[in-house]
Parts: sequence; structure tokens; C-alpha cells
Amino acid sequence: MWPDERVSTFVAENFIPARVHVKDDAADFQKYGALYSAQWTPTVLALDSAGIERHRLEGFLPADDFLAQLILGRARIAFQEQKWEDAAKLFRRVYEELPDTDTAPEALYWTGVTRYKDTGDATALKETARAFTSRYKDTTWAKKASIWA
Amino acid sequence: MAVNFRHDVERVLEEAKEQKKPVILDFSAAPM
Repeated sequence: MWPDERVSTFVAENFIPARVHVKDDAADFQKYGALYSAQWTPTVLALDSAGIERHRLEGFLPADDFLAQLILGRARIAFQEQKWEDAAKLFRRVYEELPDTDTAPEALYWTGVTRYKDTGDATALKETARAFTSRYKDTTWAKKASIWA
Repeated sequence: MAVNFRHDVERVLEEAKEQKKPVILDFSAAPM
């Protein structure tokens, strides 16, 4: 996951990366594992600047799927900060650059939510529901968006 | 380019607040 150059570049540009290793950082692993309820490895958390968890990934993923999760995590942080344009740009990046990942339909869903939060225009939700009729039709996210149609 | 992970988590969290920058925190058991 981590050696992929796209991953390392995205991390360097968007996060301060920190690691606690189960053996080499045993005390911190115990301390922060308890603080963030991390009971399995790998567990990767996207924390906002206040140290609040905004996204969690547990278990290994191939590079494309991992990168998609990292971008989604960064987008969720922008969303929480109500930086709608930044969030929408990141959510779009997931399904435009990594359309075959499991994360892509989730990103499409949240793009619609973000556009709605930004504008107050429910058209954004209807358009998102419509988009799910032509792609990612058999996903949970399509079901969630179906109420907007 | 490898990810330059830091292990001083307490300081990282302090810097994140100062710089208003998000953090990736990796709980790992991978060989180092």
C-alpha cells in the first residue's frame, strides 16, 4: 500500500504521516490504540488537525483501493470543515481517477451531498440519484441515493 | 518516494493543531 508513489505523494501533500508499530513502538501502540480504539493492524486513521478521527481503514488494500480510501478520508475532513469546493474536488477525484475501486460509488454519493450542502439546491441530489442509474447500480450507495430520485 | 512516517505521535498531533494540517496515523505490524 504505502510504497506506491501515488500514495506517498498524496500523503506528503495532504497529511502529516505518523506510525505506531505494534512491537517497535509498543507503549505508544497501546496508548493510541486505546485512545482511537484500534485493535487490529493495519488500521489507518485520517485525523483532522484537532486529532479527531474522520475516516478509518482496517485491513490491507491494493494500491488503487488504498489511494481511493486516502483521498476519501481527506475529502471527509474537508467536508467536516465545510470546505465544500475542496471536498467535492476530492470526492470527484476518486471516481474519475479510480473508477473501478469499491470506494468510487461512496465518493459519488458524497459528491452529491457536498454539492447540496454547498448550494442548498436539491437538484444536486436528484442528479446524483440519476447518475447511479447508469453506474454503480448494484451498490449500497445507489440504494442510499435512490431516495433522492 | 517513501512515506516519511514519524513516530513521535504526541508531537505530530501538536504540530497538526499548529499547522492546521490533517494527520494519517498508521497502526502497523509490518516489518520495519
